[in-house]
This record gives sequence, structure tokens and C-alpha cells, in this order.
Amino acid sequence: MSEELYDVRLTVNGVAHDVRVPARRLLSDALRHDLGLTGTHVGCEHGVCGACTVLVDGRPARSCLMFAVSAVDSSITTVEGLTRDDGTLGPVQQAFAECHGLQCGFCTPGFLTTITAGLADHPSPTEDDAREMVAGNLCRCTGYTNIVKSVLRAAALRDGRRTPSPGTEESET
Amino acid sequence: MKPAPFSFVRPQGLQHALEALAADPGAKVLAGGQSLVPLLSMRLAAPSTLVDINALPDLDHVRVDDSGVRVGALARQADVLGSDDVRRVQPLLSLALSQVAHATIRNRGTVVGSLVHADAAAELPMVLTLLGGSVSVASATGTRTIPAAELYAGPLESTLHHDEIAVEALFPGLGPGEGVAFEEVSRRHGDYALCGVAAVVRVEGAHVAEARVGYMSVADVPTVVDLTTALVEEVAQRPSRRARNQGELSDQAVSAAAELALQHLDPADDLHASSAYRAQLVRVLTAHALRAAHDDAVVRGGAPG
Amino acid sequence: MSTRLFGESVQRVEDQRFLRGEGRYVDDVLVGTTGRDMLHAAVLRSPHAHARIVDIDVSGVLDLDGVHLVWTHDDLDGPMAEPLPLLIPHPSLTHGRTQYALAKDEVNYVGEAIAFVVADDRYVAEDAVGRIRVQYEFLPPVVGIAAARAAEHLVHDDVPGNVGARLEQENGDARAAIAAAPHTLSLDLTVERSASTPLEGRGTVARWDPDIGRLTVWTSTQTSTGVRAALAAKLGLDLGRVDVVTPDVGGGFGVKINHPWPEELLVPAAARLLGRVVKFTEDRREHFISSAHERGQVHHVEVGFDDEGRVLGLNVEFWHDHGAYTPYGLITPIVTSTQLLGPYKPGAYRVVFESLYTNTVMVTPYRGAGRPQGCFVMERTMDAIAAALGKDRTEVRAVNFIQPDEFPYDQGLIFQDGRELEYDSGDYPASLQRLKDLVGWDDFPKLREEMAREGRTVGIGLACYVEGTGVGPYEGAHVHIETSGKVKVATGLTTQGQGHATVFAQVVADVLGVPFEDVDVVTGDTRRMPYAVGTFASRSAVMSGSAVHLAALRAREKVLRIAADALEASEEDLEIVDGVVSVKGAPGSGASIDLRTVAVLSNPLRYAFDEASQAATQFSVGDPGKPPVAEDDEPGLEGRDFYSPQRSTYASGMHAVIVETDPETAEIKILKYAVVHDCGRLINPMIVEGQIQGGVAQGVGGALYERMAYDESGQLLNASFMDFLMPYVTEVPERIDIDHLETPSPLNPLGVKGAGEAGVIPSAAVFASAIEDAEGPSHPGLVITAMPISPSELFHLRQVHTEESR
Repeated sequence: MSEELYDVRLTVNGVAHDVRVPARRLLSDALRHDLGLTGTHVGCEHGVCGACTVLVDGRPARSCLMFAVSAVDSSITTVEGLTRDDGTLGPVQQAFAECHGLQCGFCTPGFLTTITAGLADHPSPTEDDAREMVAGNLCRCTGYTNIVKSVLRAAALRDGRRTPSPGTEESET
Repeated sequence: MKPAPFSFVRPQGLQHALEALAADPGAKVLAGGQSLVPLLSMRLAAPSTLVDINALPDLDHVRVDDSGVRVGALARQADVLGSDDVRRVQPLLSLALSQVAHATIRNRGTVVGSLVHADAAAELPMVLTLLGGSVSVASATGTRTIPAAELYAGPLESTLHHDEIAVEALFPGLGPGEGVAFEEVSRRHGDYALCGVAAVVRVEGAHVAEARVGYMSVADVPTVVDLTTALVEEVAQRPSRRARNQGELSDQAVSAAAELALQHLDPADDLHASSAYRAQLVRVLTAHALRAAHDDAVVRGGAPG
Repeated sequence: MSTRLFGESVQRVEDQRFLRGEGRYVDDVLVGTTGRDMLHAAVLRSPHAHARIVDIDVSGVLDLDGVHLVWTHDDLDGPMAEPLPLLIPHPSLTHGRTQYALAKDEVNYVGEAIAFVVADDRYVAEDAVGRIRVQYEFLPPVVGIAAARAAEHLVHDDVPGNVGARLEQENGDARAAIAAAPHTLSLDLTVERSASTPLEGRGTVARWDPDIGRLTVWTSTQTSTGVRAALAAKLGLDLGRVDVVTPDVGGGFGVKINHPWPEELLVPAAARLLGRVVKFTEDRREHFISSAHERGQVHHVEVGFDDEGRVLGLNVEFWHDHGAYTPYGLITPIVTSTQLLGPYKPGAYRVVFESLYTNTVMVTPYRGAGRPQGCFVMERTMDAIAAALGKDRTEVRAVNFIQPDEFPYDQGLIFQDGRELEYDSGDYPASLQRLKDLVGWDDFPKLREEMAREGRTVGIGLACYVEGTGVGPYEGAHVHIETSGKVKVATGLTTQGQGHATVFAQVVADVLGVPFEDVDVVTGDTRRMPYAVGTFASRSAVMSGSAVHLAALRAREKVLRIAADALEASEEDLEIVDGVVSVKGAPGSGASIDLRTVAVLSNPLRYAFDEASQAATQFSVGDPGKPPVAEDDEPGLEGRDFYSPQRSTYASGMHAVIVETDPETAEIKILKYAVVHDCGRLINPMIVEGQIQGGVAQGVGGALYERMAYDESGQLLNASFMDFLMPYVTEVPERIDIDHLETPSPLNPLGVKGAGEAGVIPSAAVFASAIEDAEGPSHPGLVITAMPISPSELFHLRQVHTEESR
């Protein structure tokens, strides 16, 4: 007996993808294995670590706590969607590079998406705001010091350039 | 950690959702999914059908009216937390919401979903119980309203019937003379509290007219204890009118109140805290919450006479 | 001159792909077109800590749509059916035991692999696992060190007393020295289990190419070469037919040095049998119950000291919980037993440990590898001596320090690498002074008074450690200058986020005089460098850093030889700047040749492919009277070399912390954290500081939040991120003040020492010291003897202490 499959259209980084998946396919798995967008990482599959965080209609959400079949009406942004169209790094990505905000890089995509949305809501965070912004994501390598620095640096870069990254545009609508 | 197979429906109307739910005794409602999906992935729950209510129209409202705050089944915790109207009409709901998990979880998690998940370690069921709120539920055959006091049957067990969907919660607004406070201690920021305490204190002039305190993580179900007597007696015993008018609760009063509360609670040992430590947190947090709620009432009502 | 890159905080090259979501971790490998044909594995794991397997019923599993294979031990044969290797035997490990790839007859911990399933996807594979029925006969579980020592029940029938090993070392006559000492103390000290817990668990992907009879395996490991050798042996393949590639690794912290894990063998075996790509990706629950833990030890200390606090004799006995099996030998307890000494020189030292079996997950090194426990024991002892004598804790440490003029200092013991425990360099008094300045040690009493006036309770603590880093036996590197002028570097050890591609490129760019951007480093790919050991024991910068340096020097020698010939100059007169070789002091004078051209000249081909080849025609090299490739030469502009040191190099450091403890709730808050660190010369200070910051955070987790909570039946009660409390940003110090001392190592060409593990070593010790200090005024005499400590436990200590002092 074969499992029932559902036709689903997922809109990811502005592109519509049609996939056939069983109801139980987690959004994280659909993004990674059906769409090949492996930038979204899976660290715990119970919603605690935050590595799989993507933006759903501009807001951070755990993709391991959603089913692909439930994501049909949403616009999803993954880490791949944070890079500018010309291939340069968006402000949050650039800040992480400058501040050594990552080591193994596994948790990083979840931080990048979360901060992208966070800065859209709070463009000028204090250090405490920066900490609050990333308080739901686990990192085992960095000790967070440089991640907090990266948030502040990203805010400055965002300010200076006045060119929001694709992810922030979405969350401002 | 992948869910077992299930059938899936994503109805566009409430009636359709209720029929789908009634049609399969193994069906379960999926709203925010922030508590349910981990249980599915760990295969601790394996419903035969998931009824995804996220596409239902007109259920994402956050409204305030004379009776208080009305929250629709699809209103996300973040939306309720972000509402200035809610903060004004019932500040305790906002205080409690800010302690629920992390912001990312609150973006998807629904208030109503948390209420019917019926976790005695969660903030919202306790707050609804303390405030004497209610949940409106619908089934294919009709609707009914369940008062908070009748909503919780046991650990992770609500009194909703299988074929019912909770469509709205009502959190009564802050009454005249009332002040509120919320205090909790958790291991990590955003974790379930080892002990959480919310207080509603009503003052009449310089007197404490009523003090009700809700507790989480120290009993099987969200538990509310009326501590009015402990405070009222104490205020009456104060040596002078001047002391009675100072607007502060004494150490003796709040510790008597905490001891009274402990008689109604059953703090248990677990991985993160001993029962003795939880009892200590009941004492400490009861005192803090009563004082803070009292101060809040005094500030809101103007200085005591 | 090019700017020297050694010592510069160069931005990491690997970040570009990580930040774009273009990293390639093991679960990402072959996703895409091949991904649709890929099969996925899941494992049935024992739900019981100790049981005999009576029967396994797999009937019905293959009926499930999409299931391709189900294996139990009965389906394995040859070397695959034998126990997994005991990687590091030791004469004292008289009763070493390892598990089977799939359990044979008996299971010894919750999580032990029993059956292996391959299916169309992981969802179906888990469905299939759920259909397997196992009949068990329960055996009494042995959980915890006390139960193991009591030995009322045995983990393995043929291991008496549950004792896998007993090892004793002594330098001088410690017991006599203690007996003769003016003061003595005894302490019992406990450290609980924890684990590495990288954000990415284990994982393996395998592809068998039937056309050429070759196996390619991608695995999230800390040793590609180790996995490769194990695979060849277990699968009966020639080594030359097995390639192991370590892709990007989402953190290791030690747990991925153990190998081969059952799945690292089963996945390739299944891929070969089925002729399909097979992938196993461990999930979080599996990681908790089937990947290794560490740290659990109980210690008893006897110490004798003089009026100044000088340790005259130290006698330490300890019991190490190694879980159900001993694949990694005795490394962790040996490290504790030797590194416990830290920067001190006790008059005499005796240490004896027993390594004990329990029905829990096996134990292999976790960042620090036994040092956190050793440091906890030694530093608690120092604090106890100070308390007994009423002396400042820093004074007691200072009188016990090895002095700067005493290096090299032989501790008279044998270290984990089988070599003498001989410290190469260091300056401990200078470190202590810097630490005191950094944290404000001498001003602390004033702070304590001020805080007390506000009703707040604060305490200060410190801890010192010495860390043997860069253990042998060797690492190698290969440097190839291509005709594009780009430099390709390969070293065999693997990378889990340490920034190897950046720091090794810094080293090579300096030696070869090429732009940093032109250097491309590959790690952990046995196709590129088949000789390597692995990434552990803070050895990468020392071992591969040195090997890369030596290999680059070889390549440089050849560059200069050919360039000297081409330019008709003497090698000594040449320099390389920005990829161009020219006569020193005469830049732009025309007598120059770029590396691309030198690369062409190094390889006398029949054919010309590119501009560099055309350019090369204007030069003439080699002796026309000899063959185009001379007898003592070989084509290509390459250098390959190996670094193999006599012994480890010893880094050191000291941490101090100021904490606040809540008088009512016993919550513990970090107010200030200071680190003085000496890892010799810094290749990239930004990366070293990142390692320290991360280590400190991991140490905070270990000291205040993380533990493995087993119940008496051997169930791990907190096998999730909900209940295993890894710190978020909200639990770690807001700032870490770091000061570096640089005493170069005389043992390697770069003067470097390892830095990876250091941050985590003193955590348990430094927090115990500070919390005890904070409690002192309200609970004088309250001592902390077990870590980690939670608010609930501190509250309990206060209660017990109050009752006792009544």
C-alpha cells in the first residue's frame, strides 16, 4: 500500500516549485531534499535549536515544525534567498563574515534568517535587543559573542547602504 | 525523528473542518503546530488524519471589547503579544506571552492552541484559569463555551470532545482596582518554567480586597489559589493606620500567603528541580508577584488614601 | 614585500559558501538529481540498557512498500560480523570490549544498534524499523560509578568487578610525602556526564561504482583516513579502492573522532550490495543515545602541604565511567591522570584510576578529554588548601607554579601519546599576574562589600590549566603550484569549523610569496592526501600547520631552483613577491619570472596549452646533456612533507569569573569572565579568540546546565534539546575579556601550540571556586564537590549546610 501523495506548490525565494509529497513531509525536508535548497539545516527536529529557521511570509519560523502541505499559501525565504541578485552578500551575511560570527556554519542559516527579519522590525538594536533577537537559536561553536557583534554590524551595514536584502523587503510588506 | 503517515485535509471553511474531524476518530487539529509537530516527529502521537485549520477564514482576530480580550483560533502568540490594545485591557496576558518560548515559536504558535494543549507547565492555561476566562468551541452539531475552571481535566488533557475545535478564547479584562504581575524561574531563558506565578490583586483604598494567584509547573493542572485571607488578616493586624496606608505588603503577609498557597500545590521532583526547590520558588515568587501586583494596582488606581 | 599574513586576523575563506547556504555537509551530499535515486537508512536501537536478545522477527518489514533491505547480526559475515575495532589498545586495558556493528545476542546500553533498514526515504525507513519485533530477556542494568564499583551485577559476564582497566603512575613517594607533611586534607570530587553535542549529528553517504569497483564514502568524521582503513578492513576491499571524503562538518568536539561507527560500515556495505547511493543521517535523539558521552568521573584526593601551601605530596584515586564499551581505549582517564597536574610541581605525585563498565552509552573524548575533570580536581584542591591555611587562593597557586626558568620541565609521567609528560615552555607567574589584573582580583573585596550593601551576593574564582596539544604521530601536506599560478594545498586531517582553509592558506601564502586568495586548501579527502591521522587534541595548527609550512618550503625550494636556472641567477639572490620571482632588491628590473611560468618549466611537456606555456618558451632550463627530467627530480611544481614531533607541546591558561548567586532562588549569574591564554604564536588571532569564546560557552554549559540524566534502569531521561540544556545566548557571559601571552613552542617551525579545546577546560573548576566564594559569607564552610551545579542543587547544598551547622 503506497502512501497518498499531495501536489503542493511551494513559493521559495520568489520562485514557485511544484512538488508531490506525502502529508507528513516536513517543510525542512521538502526544502532540502525535494527542492535541493540544502542551505536550511536540520539540527534537532523538535523545534529547539533553530538551525532550520526560515522566513514564512517574512517572519521567522521553524521549518521542522511545519509540513510542506501546510506551506502552500505562504511565501518562504531561505538562506539562499538572502544573497543579493548580483551575487554579493546581504548585510547580515556580510556582517557575519566580518565579525567571525560563525565557525562550523551549521547553525548559521537559522541565525541569518532570524536576524534578517529581526532587523526589519528593529533596525537599530541595542546590544540587549541583539541578544534578544538571537535568543531562540543554538550555536555550539561561537559562544555567541561574535553573533551579537554581527547583529550590530549588520544593522550598521543595512543603515549605511539603504539597500535592504530580499528577505527584509518581504518582511516589511 | 519523522512522523508516522497520516491523511491530511486543509479545509477552507469551519463546517468542512468540523465534518472532517468528526469523520475520523483518530483525527487531530493542526493549528500552529509548535507543540504537536514535535510529538508527531518523535512518534509520541500518531493521528490518522490531520485537519489543518490554518486556511480557515476569520479566525485570526485579536479583539478587545467590554468583556476583555477575544483571541481567535488562528491568532499567533506574536500578534497578541504585539497588540497595544491587549496590553491595555489585560496586561497580564501580555506579560505571560512574553515568557512563552522564543519569538520564533510565538510567530507560529497560537494562543488558543496552547490553551487546549493543556500543559500545566505552560503560561497561557494558567493565566486563563486565573482570569476566569473561557474557550468557545464548535462541533458539527453546535457550539458551547467552556469556562477555564472546567477546561482542564488532567496533565495534557482538556475537556474538549474529540470532534470539537476551539475557535476563540476570552481573557477577561483588568477590573477596577486590579493590578497584575507575572514571575517565573526557568533554567534557560525561554524554557518551561520550574515554577511560574501570576497574581491579580484588587485594592479598595488602602485595603487588599482580593488576591488570587495562579501557579504553573507545581501541580498537575493549572492551579489558582485565593490568597485574600492571608493578606486581609495581615493588613488588619498592622499596628497603625499609617502603616496600613503605606501601600506595601509586609514580609509576614506574603510569606503567610505563600504557605497557604503551598497547601493547594503539589510541587514534584524532576530532572531540573527538586520538590523542595520548587516549594522555595513558590515562596519566593508568590511574594514577588503579590508585591508587584499590589504595586501595580496601587499605581493604576492612584496612590492609596 | 608582501604583507606577512601570519598573525593577522584574516577573514575566513570558508565563510563565503557557508553564508550563502552553499556549504556541503554530509546530508547535502548528492542531493539533486542523484538525490532522487538515493536510499535512506534507519537503525533499530535497543530500548533496554541490558538484555539478552532472544529473537528478532523482521518478517513483514520487506513487505512494506519502499523497503530495500533489513539486516540484523545474522546477516553479517566475515569481518563485518566481528566486534568493531578497539582503536587504541593499552597494556593496562586488560578487559577491553567493543560492540558489534549490529548487536549479537546481547545489548548493553539504550541506543545500541540492533537492526539496519534501507528504504526509499527516511520516513519509510522509520516505519520499517517500527515493524521489527525483538524478544528480550532482561538483565540487571549497571548504571553509574557507584553501581559499577559495587559490582553486584556485571555489564559483561567475563569482566570481573566491571573493571576494564587499572593504571597507576607515580613520581616520588606520594604517600610518604603526605604522611610527613605538616598539613593534610582529603577531598571527594565528582564530575557528571555530558557530551560534545555538535549541531550536526553523525552521517554517512556511500556510493559504489561497479564500473571501476570503487567505493566513495562521505562521512561526518574527525578522521577520514581512519574511516578509510577501517572500511577497507571490514569490507574486505583493497585500500586503494576506498575513498573517504569528509565534507563540511557541523561541529565535532571529539565525538566524531571515534570510528568506525556501525553506520559508517553498514551504509557502504548496503550501497555495494544494492548498487544504489545510501545515506544515513543521525537524528537528534539517536545522537543522544548512540553517540559517545564523556566527563563522568569520581575522584578521591589526599594531599599534604606545608605552611605556605606548597604541595608536598598528592595522591589521587579516581574512577572513570567508560560506558558499555571501550573503542577509544584509555585516552580520557590517562589525560585526566596526567594533565591534572596543571602548571604545578607537587613534591611527589601518585595517581591510580579504574576504568569501569556501565550499561550506558560509551565514552570517548569530548573537547578537553579528561582535562576538565583533572583541572577540577587540582583546582578544588588548591582552593581547599587556601581555605585551610586562610590564604589568598592566588598565593597558594603561585607557590606551586613551575617557574619560567625551569623549562623544559619533566613531570616524570607518561602522557596519552606514550611520550614523557615534559612541558616545553610557558610563563605561569606572568599569566597569573595578567589574570589578576584583567578580572580585578585585588579589588574584588571592595566590590563584594558594595554588592553586599545592596543585598547582593557575589563571588570570584579562578582556575589554571596546562594542556598537552599537538600530539603525534604525524600529519602531512601536499602543495601544488599549478600553471595558473594558483596554489592547491591538501592536508589529510579534517575540519569542523576551525577555519583550517584560512589559517593554512595564511601559512602557505607567507612561504610562497603568493596572494592569499590564490591559495586553496582541501582537508580530509583521502584522494588528495592519503596519509593523515585526524583532528583531535588541539593538534591541527601544530601538526598540519607545521606540515603545510614544510611542504610549502619544499615547493619554494623547487621554485627557486628552476627560477634561478631560468634567470641565470643564484637561488640565494631571489625572492618571491605576489607570485613573481625576481632578484632581491631589483624589482621591476626585468629579471623576473612568475610562478605560472615556473610551473610550466617544472613539467617538460610535449604540448602547450595556455599563455603560461607560451611565455615559458623564452626561458631555457635544465642541462641539455641530461634527460628532460633529471634523475633526482620529478615533474611538477609540488612540495610534500610531513611533520612528526618528538612529543606534545604544552599550552596553558587561566580563567577567572565573578558570579552572583541569588540568596532566595539560588540562581547563578555571570558578571565577569576573564581569560589569559597562552598557545604560543597566534596564526590568526580572530580565530583563536573565537575558539576561546566558544570553549567558554561550552564550559558554562558543562558547569551550570548540561548533564546526562540516566535513571537506574539506564534510560537517558533528557535525550532532547528541551531537557539537555545547551546554553543559548542568554546563558553565556555577555563579554569575555581575553589576554594573550605568547611563549612560542620550541618544538615546531611555527612556534604554535594548540588552542581548540582550551576554553572549556577550567569551567567546572572556576565556577565551583566562584560559587563557593559567593556562598562563603552566608554559608561559611559550604563546599562544592560536584559539578555541574544547578540552582536546585545549590539550594539543596545551602539547606544541608544550614542543618549541619545547627
